[in-house]
Amino acid sequence: MRLPNKSALITGGTSGIGEATAMLFAREGAQIAITGRNEKRGHAVTAAILEAGGKAIFLRTDVRRAAECERAVNETVKAFGRLDILFNNAGIFYPHNAIECSEEEWDEQIDINLKGTFLMAKYALPGMIAQGGGVIINNSSGWGIVGGDKAVAYCASKGGVVLMTKAMAIDHGRRGIRVNCICPGDVDTPMLPADAKLRGLAWDEYMAGCANRPLGRVGTAAEIAKAVLFLASDDSSFMTGAALVVDGGGTAD
Amino acid sequence: MTLTPDHSRTLEGKSALVTGAASGIGRATSLLFAREGASVLLTDLNETAGRRVEREITEAGGRAMFEGADVTVSEDCRRIAQLAMEQFGGPQILLNNAGIMRRASVVELSEPDWDRVMDVNVKAIFLMSREVIPWMERAGGGSIINTASGWGLVGGPRAAAYCASKGAVVLLTKAMAIDHGPHRIRVNCICPGDTDTGMLRAEAGQLGEDERHFLDGAARRPLGRVGRPEEIAQAALYLASEASSFVTGAALVVDGGGLAGPM
Repeated sequence: MRLPNKSALITGGTSGIGEATAMLFAREGAQIAITGRNEKRGHAVTAAILEAGGKAIFLRTDVRRAAECERAVNETVKAFGRLDILFNNAGIFYPHNAIECSEEEWDEQIDINLKGTFLMAKYALPGMIAQGGGVIINNSSGWGIVGGDKAVAYCASKGGVVLMTKAMAIDHGRRGIRVNCICPGDVDTPMLPADAKLRGLAWDEYMAGCANRPLGRVGTAAEIAKAVLFLASDDSSFMTGAALVVDGGGTAD
Repeated sequence: MTLTPDHSRTLEGKSALVTGAASGIGRATSLLFAREGASVLLTDLNETAGRRVEREITEAGGRAMFEGADVTVSEDCRRIAQLAMEQFGGPQILLNNAGIMRRASVVELSEPDWDRVMDVNVKAIFLMSREVIPWMERAGGGSIINTASGWGLVGGPRAAAYCASKGAVVLLTKAMAIDHGPHRIRVNCICPGDTDTGMLRAEAGQLGEDERHFLDGAARRPLGRVGRPEEIAQAALYLASEASSFVTGAALVVDGGGLAGPM
């Protein structure tokens, strides 16, 4: 097992990449706290882990709110005794250009994707430093490195995540904290059909566009989870401040 | 779902070819690949040290074979690739790791040194990959990992040819990823920061600096230390294995935070 007796907190753990990572971490021996806004889905994920003999809790959390982030960290530590791994995964996407994007949509994407990552780290770091180390993994995007069409707020938020990752790596490396991010390309999660619908594109046409990359397909949530596991485990002990691109070659050209 | 973790070795039944396998990152990665179940064809200019790595692996119960070669010579690359195929099949994994450093500005650098750095660090990747890729295509896929450097992404002082060569490795990696992705061949590179190898210690000599003082400078990065070859090997293992099945064209920075920004 790669994460024996580790305690991990995963935001946005109720579906997609967060859910796949929760399952993989549990298989690798970690105790899992997941957050999300959908209680029904959250309890379904924890139930699957508990039934298989693992340890998991669901914490209904809106990562836009500082008090809720602080509570999520405290509840995790209360349940498992410590927090070793924080995966800032909660994210939201509206496909709009600058003219179409409403101020409310801008705020929602920046607050969940970027500010939520700051808030969770803010409350997780003191305990990690006190215990002598910890790992933070932030979920950015290929569109945190290159721009994309109709994604102004998303690109801004994810670019922010990449550079905040590096800034946090510099600040806390000497205290044994590693901070890295992943930059997934299009991945088969509930975010894709939602995006296709909002863009008014037929599913087949939309997916053909997503698969147009060197590996000729979209990724699976399980493949992204394996990248997160690599960054969470001691296998990446000399990595911090890095952006791990997992996109089937989509940003190679 | 089941919580039973997969205990099988990561590279069970795979065949790997590693250049620059006699020391440093190449040696550590060869040992790790073999421990994870791969059969490893080792090559290097340094035959004595190369055979020692072969012995280390076989005495531990692993499968490895060393064959000396100059990977800047196309006939040598063909011979090594053929040998890997005959001995172990495949290879499904190619680690283009052979590399050299010359600490010199363009004014200080001799033309033969420029040529040698470019030949070992870049041309050898081209020569070896073109031997191996057709087999990978026929076998339905493979993973190529090139050793680039943090100095393939940013510049460094008195390392003109090295930076040029490693920058070339990063973009050669992306170009190859685009060309061979449709054949399920993944091509990625690693960008290590300063790692405790013979090459790093030799740099102090090339710069005329005290080794201890040089290594103290190299440790100045967020994690406060230089890397160990075994840590770079773990990154290569991730890229070699199915764990990275959606990763291609990537430059994996493994540098203790050295490139995150000025401290």
